[in-house]
Amino acid sequence: MSEGAPIEIRELYKIFGRSPAQNIDAIKSGLPKKELHRRHGQVLALNNISITMPAGKIQVVMGLSGSGKSTLIRHINRLIEPTSGSIIIDGRNILAMGELELREFRRNRTAMVFQKFALLPHRTVIENVTFGLDVRGMQKGKARDVGMRWIERVGLHGFDARYPHELSGGMQQRVGLARALSNDASILLMDEAYSALDPLIRTDMQTMLLDLQAELRKTIVFITHDLDEALRLGDRIVVLRDGSIIQQGDGQDIVLNPADDYIRRFVKDVNRGRVVKVDRVMQAAPQNPERTAPKVRSGATLDVAASALAHSAFDQAIVVDAGDRPIGAITLRLITRALSSMESESSAPAAAGAAAH
Amino acid sequence: MILEVSAFLRHPKMCAEWSVTDMEWLLKFPQLDPEFLLSVKRAIDGSLRVFTRVYGDDLEALFYPLQRVLTFFEQLISGAPWPIVILVFAAIAWLAARSWAVVAAAVGTLLAIGFIGLWADAMKTISLVFAATLFSIAVGIPLGIIVNRFERIGRGMKALLDVMQTMPPFVYLIPVVMLLGIGRVPGFIAVVIYALPPTIRLTDLGIRLVDKEVLEAADAYGCSRWQKLMKVQLPLALPTIMAGINQTIMMALGMVVIASMIGVQGLGLNVLQAIANQYFTQGIFSGFAIVGIAIIFDRISQAYGARLQKHRGEVHV
Repeated sequence: MSEGAPIEIRELYKIFGRSPAQNIDAIKSGLPKKELHRRHGQVLALNNISITMPAGKIQVVMGLSGSGKSTLIRHINRLIEPTSGSIIIDGRNILAMGELELREFRRNRTAMVFQKFALLPHRTVIENVTFGLDVRGMQKGKARDVGMRWIERVGLHGFDARYPHELSGGMQQRVGLARALSNDASILLMDEAYSALDPLIRTDMQTMLLDLQAELRKTIVFITHDLDEALRLGDRIVVLRDGSIIQQGDGQDIVLNPADDYIRRFVKDVNRGRVVKVDRVMQAAPQNPERTAPKVRSGATLDVAASALAHSAFDQAIVVDAGDRPIGAITLRLITRALSSMESESSAPAAAGAAAH
Repeated sequence: MILEVSAFLRHPKMCAEWSVTDMEWLLKFPQLDPEFLLSVKRAIDGSLRVFTRVYGDDLEALFYPLQRVLTFFEQLISGAPWPIVILVFAAIAWLAARSWAVVAAAVGTLLAIGFIGLWADAMKTISLVFAATLFSIAVGIPLGIIVNRFERIGRGMKALLDVMQTMPPFVYLIPVVMLLGIGRVPGFIAVVIYALPPTIRLTDLGIRLVDKEVLEAADAYGCSRWQKLMKVQLPLALPTIMAGINQTIMMALGMVVIASMIGVQGLGLNVLQAIANQYFTQGIFSGFAIVGIAIIFDRISQAYGARLQKHRGEVHV
């Protein structure tokens, strides 16, 4: 099983329109996006994007439609040609590859899951799942074994001989996921993979992805317009608007320190208790903690801590690390303050400061 | 001139005299000199005649293999015992359509054609249409792929297809007959010219209609161009291509009457004789036989196309 590789995106620009290269210097030296469109009829889809996507983690790219997120993910396997910039994976610049090298890279290093599934309607489930292996030229019987294993793994046992149109949307996307996983690629690109699914099915699919990821440790790039999904899945999140990065960080950064009003509006309705971890808001551990005080593991969410406290006689819980050593304490007051969105501006920096100590 | 017009306005009675003498340039198109046009026509016709005299034999030799193939097909179908022909047709109908109704319709129509005494003629017509269709598929699908793949060639080809489809067949029959005489080969060429365009057009269209996201998936999984064509584009375009082939068959059948004018035997010749001699019944029998064959071919190819469509029911999202 190939483990994930980090993806290093540096100063990526994409201009849509005729002969885009001629205006790239003007953009780099500050020509506004609107002027580019008015004067040259070109659209600046990606504006100076630099992201370091860590190996073996889920990197979420979030934004509304037209923010450039789908354009961005298509640069990683170069379904879209860049105007300028570089993407480094394994020390190789994807954007400088020749045709054959690129084909080899796509066959072996990346796999992609699509919003509308993009299954081949004339192929059965197993034939769809082994598509990437078939393209690579793997022997049929061997490919079938691999494919069947992944069909089991995504919960489609017994459906291998069906055709895509006989399956529900959620099941079709399971096929799409199995097709991507069969490829045994270290990088998994998921372009709004769950956006077309019903909310309940979407939650199931998210759970499945997290379970799989705990085992597989691939580098996953997940595109979504749904903040809840981003917070649930993302080890790291980058927010795009109008082709520019507005904020990068983990879920807590986004929720507790929104970079601007745009993101603030986004995070207003988020259930912080499920996103913010106790480490972020805890205070220093007391000198002699009470033995009977409830304990919460480092990395637990505020929801968990609040529930533990609410069912005890204490108003302070001890935060302990993996070795059961106390590293801090959390009180009901701290939890309540972190959960209240009204106060977010003043409480968040204080909480971040507390976590640093 | 202006003076004359103003004079005319003042004296309406001068109208008649004026129009014949001075309006002539407006009423009569300023065509090229008739002598010149005549010499152009003579020159072209003359050189074509010379070309025919010099290269006619070579051309005939070039098309001789085609002549052999056509004769072979005709003898194969016409020479076979009639029960076997019916059985083969039934088998083809079953394999393509998997429907007893289609098989029954095919067998019934063939029997009816036989009973009204047109069996031999019908077999000749079927053999020609069959050969022309096979050739059109073999040439049309690759051409359709080329049209789709290369935009420049495609634009030129589409203009050519427009000409092929709208030019009255009699016109291109003239040089074909001059070069190759009358008989099976010129008839075959005429039928192919007329029937080929739908296969080319619908192959191109079918490939263009393939879902963009599916093509992206093919690229994302590292398909080469050839793999993309064979594993994704052609399979997904197949129902549309089948519609094109269906059209090609129908147009080939439509051409058999015209082809009979240049020596193609079969049901078309019967119709031609019926027109010449005002034999109404002979005409209508042969006409219905052609319709019957058209229906068989249509149902079989349509049912096959529908069977290809089977796996792409509506997507449940």
